Amino acid sequence: MSRAAQISGSIRRRLIGQLVLGSAVLAAVLVLLVTNLARNVAQDTQDSILMASVTSILDTMTVRDGEISVDLPYAALSMLGNVSEDRVFYRILADGQLLTGYEDLPDPGDPGRDGGYITAPYAGTEVRMATAERRLSVAGTPIMVTVSVAQTRQGLMQTLAQVSRRGAAVGIGFFVLAALLAVLTTEFGLRPLRDLAGAVSRRGPKDLRSVKGPVPQEMAPLVISLNSFIDRLRYSLSRSEDFIAEAAHRVRTPLFTVRTQAEIALRRVERPENRAAIKEMIRALDESSRAAGQLLDHAMVTFRTDHLEKERVLLTELAEELVDRLRPVADLRDIGLSMQSEGTPEVLGDAVLIENALRNVLDNAIKYSAPDSDVDIRIGREASDCFIMVRDHAGGFPEGALHRMTERFARGDNAGGTVGSGLGLTIAREVLEAHGGRLTLENKGDGACVTLWFPAS
Amino acid sequence: MRHAVVPGLLISFWLSYASALHAYEIEDELMVGDPDADAQLRILSTTDIDLFEPFLAAFVAANPEIAIDYVVASSAEVMKAVQGGEPFDLVLSSAMDLQTKLSNDGYTQPYSSAATDLVPDWGNWRDHLFAFSQETVTLVISPAAFEGLDIPQTRQDLIRLLRDHEDRFRGRIGTYDISQSGAGYLFATQDARASESYWRLSEVMGNLGTRFFCCTSEMIEKVATGEIAMAYNVLGSYATARTDLADGIRIVELQDYTIMMLRTAAILRDAPNPQAAGLFIDHLIRAAWGPAELDYYPFPRFPAPEGAVSATRRPIRLGPGLLVYLDGLKRRAFLSEWRDAMRW
Ligand SMILES: Nc1ncnc2c1ncn2[C@@H]1O[C@H](COP(=O)(O)OP(=O)(O)OP(=O)(O)O)[C@@H](O)[C@H]1O
Ligand SMILES: [Mg+2]
Repeated sequence: MSRAAQISGSIRRRLIGQLVLGSAVLAAVLVLLVTNLARNVAQDTQDSILMASVTSILDTMTVRDGEISVDLPYAALSMLGNVSEDRVFYRILADGQLLTGYEDLPDPGDPGRDGGYITAPYAGTEVRMATAERRLSVAGTPIMVTVSVAQTRQGLMQTLAQVSRRGAAVGIGFFVLAALLAVLTTEFGLRPLRDLAGAVSRRGPKDLRSVKGPVPQEMAPLVISLNSFIDRLRYSLSRSEDFIAEAAHRVRTPLFTVRTQAEIALRRVERPENRAAIKEMIRALDESSRAAGQLLDHAMVTFRTDHLEKERVLLTELAEELVDRLRPVADLRDIGLSMQSEGTPEVLGDAVLIENALRNVLDNAIKYSAPDSDVDIRIGREASDCFIMVRDHAGGFPEGALHRMTERFARGDNAGGTVGSGLGLTIAREVLEAHGGRLTLENKGDGACVTLWFPAS
Repeated sequence: MRHAVVPGLLISFWLSYASALHAYEIEDELMVGDPDADAQLRILSTTDIDLFEPFLAAFVAANPEIAIDYVVASSAEVMKAVQGGEPFDLVLSSAMDLQTKLSNDGYTQPYSSAATDLVPDWGNWRDHLFAFSQETVTLVISPAAFEGLDIPQTRQDLIRLLRDHEDRFRGRIGTYDISQSGAGYLFATQDARASESYWRLSEVMGNLGTRFFCCTSEMIEKVATGEIAMAYNVLGSYATARTDLADGIRIVELQDYTIMMLRTAAILRDAPNPQAAGLFIDHLIRAAWGPAELDYYPFPRFPAPEGAVSATRRPIRLGPGLLVYLDGLKRRAFLSEWRDAMRW
C-alpha cells in the first residue's frame, strides 16, 4: 500500500500567491495614484503662487507721464519664499523689450488670456514659469506688457520625493497587511479541508465509519464520494475476512472427515499392500490439510499485516501460553521445552500475528528434533531490540540453503518425511517484517537457532 | 598674547590699494597663517579686519594647514568681484540682499555638515547661505548732545524731538549714503517696508540737513567727538565693538521696532578650495550658534532662536523678497524717493 500521494502544486500556495499578487498590484496602483495626485497638487500649488506673483506685479504696472512704471511689490517675490527655498527669476517685457528682470528667461510662448505655464531648463536646472500679459495704453498706442515669474523646482521635487516615500511606505504597509490577510484567509478557508484530512488520517486502521462532521458545501461531493468509497472498502474487507475463515473451515472439515474415515479403514484392512496404500493416503491428507491450513494462515497474516493494529504485547506471557499449548505435542515425542526470560520485554504489535510466527518456529523445532532432545526458548532484550530465540538440537538447517528457507514453499533436504508445506518460516518472516523487526536463521552447535527480533516499543 | 599661544603664527598686514589688476576695489587685505601652508583659503568679506582678525587667528590656530587671505571690500565691490569670477572661496557679507542675489543667480554652492544643523531654519537659505551673526540696526547718539533731553524710545519720539529742537540738531544728524552703502540701502529699504514713519522721519531729517556717510565707523567716530549728535541706522555691533569710544556714544534700540540683520557666509560655486571654506563655515557657525561662547567671536550673541524674534526685534528674512529692492527699476525709484525726502 503506497502512502505517498502524487502532488502537483498546492491550493494554499496558489491561493496565497494569487491573493498576494493581487494585493501587490493594488498597492502599486495605490502608490501610483497617490504620487500622481500629489504631483498634480504640488504643481498646482506652485503654479497658483507663481501666477499670484505675476498678477501682483501686473497690478502695479501703470502708465505715468507717458511711461510705463513698475513698482515690483515685495510680496511678489517674498511669497515664493514662503513655499520653498527655491531660486526665483522674473522678467517684465513691454512689447518684447526688457523693462527689468532676467532677460534670458525662456520664451513663454503664447500665455493666452488667463496666463500660461511652462517648465523649461534655465540657470543649470529646471524652472516652472508663469506668464501673463496685459495691454497698457501709452499715449494712445497700445503696448503689451508681459510678466513672467519663474521658480526652480527643487522644493517641489523634494515634496514629491517625500510624498513618494510616504506613498511607498503606505503602499508597502497596505501590501503587507493585504498579504497577511491573504494568508489568514487562505488558512481559514482551507481549514475544513485540513480538518477533514486530519479526522480521516487520525482514524485507526479498522475504523471504517463514514465521515459525519458538517463540511462546507464545496466539500460535500468529496465527502460523499469518500463515504461511498469507505462503504465499499468496509464491505469488501469484511467479505475477505469472512471468506478466509469460511475457506479454512470448508477445506479442513471435509479433509478431516476423509482422514477419520481413512483411519477407521486402516484399522479394518489387513493386507499389507492395502494398509500401505491407506497410510499413503492419510499422509497425503495430512500434507493437504497442513498446506491448506498454512495457506490460509498465510492469507490471514497477509491480511492482518496490511491493516496492522498495534497494541502492547508482553512477549514472555505470549510465549508461556504458547509453550503450554504445544507441550502435549512435544511430550508425545519426549521433547523438553525450556523457557528462560530476562525482564519483561514488551513490544507494540498484533498479538495474534506474533503468536502465529512463534508457533511456526516452535513447531519446526519440535517437528525436526529427534525424540528425547531439548528445545530452549530465550526471551530478552538486546540494546533497544527485544528478541525470542528458539534453539534446538535437530542438526540445523541444510548447509548452503539457509538463506532460502524463508522463501515461500521452500523446504530443506532434511524435511524428508516430515509433513509440511514450506510456508512456516515465510509466515514468521512476514510477521516480523510487518512489525519492523526481522527473523534470523543460523546453525549453532548441533541444531538450528531461530531468532525473532522486535524493535522495542 | 596670541603669538605666545600659537607660536609660529604669522600675521602680515598691509593695505592694498585698488590696482589695475582688480576689476573691483578692495579696502583691506590680511594674510593670516603660514604662507607655505598646504591650502589657501581666500575670503572676500565686508567685515572690517579689526573686528574679525581674532577670529581668523583662532581658525588658523585650529587648522594650521590652512592659510587665509582675507580681503575686505564694500558689499557692492564684493558683488562685482564674484560676478567677475574672482577666485575666492568664501564670501562673508552683511548685505543680505546681495548675498541672496548671488545665491539665487547661481554663484554659490550648497554645503552641509554637522555644524550647519546648528543654524536655525531662518538663518539658512537653501543650504547655500548661512547666517553667522545677528546684529541690531540702531540709533547711536552722543549723550552730550542730548543733555537735558529725553532719550527717544521710538521713531515717533525721535520725529517729535527733532521737530522740537531743530536748531540743536540741524546739520548734526548722520546716516548712510544709501546710494553708496549696500548695508545702508538694505536697512533703509527694510525700514521703509516696516513702517510708514520711516518716510516721515526721512523728511524731518532732510529738513535738518542730514549728513551722509559711507560707513558705520566714520559715523560712530563723529558721534563720539560730538561733531554729530546722532547716527541713524547704525550697526550696533560696530558701536559696541568700539570700546575706545564707549564714553562718547550711546546705543539706542528703538522700541517701535529694531531691524535685525544677519551676516551670512556662502561658498562660491567655483571655489578653488571648497573643503577649507567648509571648515571655515563650520567654525563660524559653531562660534555663532554653538553652545560655547568664544571670546574671539566678534558679534553679539542672541539666544537663538527665540531671542532674535522678540516683540521689537525684526530679523530681515532671507529669501527671494530681498531681490525686489535690487531690481534696477525698483532701486532707481526708491533712491529717487529717498533723495526727495532727504533733500539731497
Ligand atoms: N528447526 C529446524 N531444524 C532443521 N531444519 C529446519 C528447522 N526448521 C525448518 N527447517 C528447514 O527449513 C525448511 C522450511 O521450514 P518451514 O517451516 O518454512 O517449512 P516446513 O516446516 O517444511 O513446512 P510447514 O509449512 O508445515 O511448517 C524446512 O522444510 C526444513 O528443511
Ligand atoms: Mg515448519
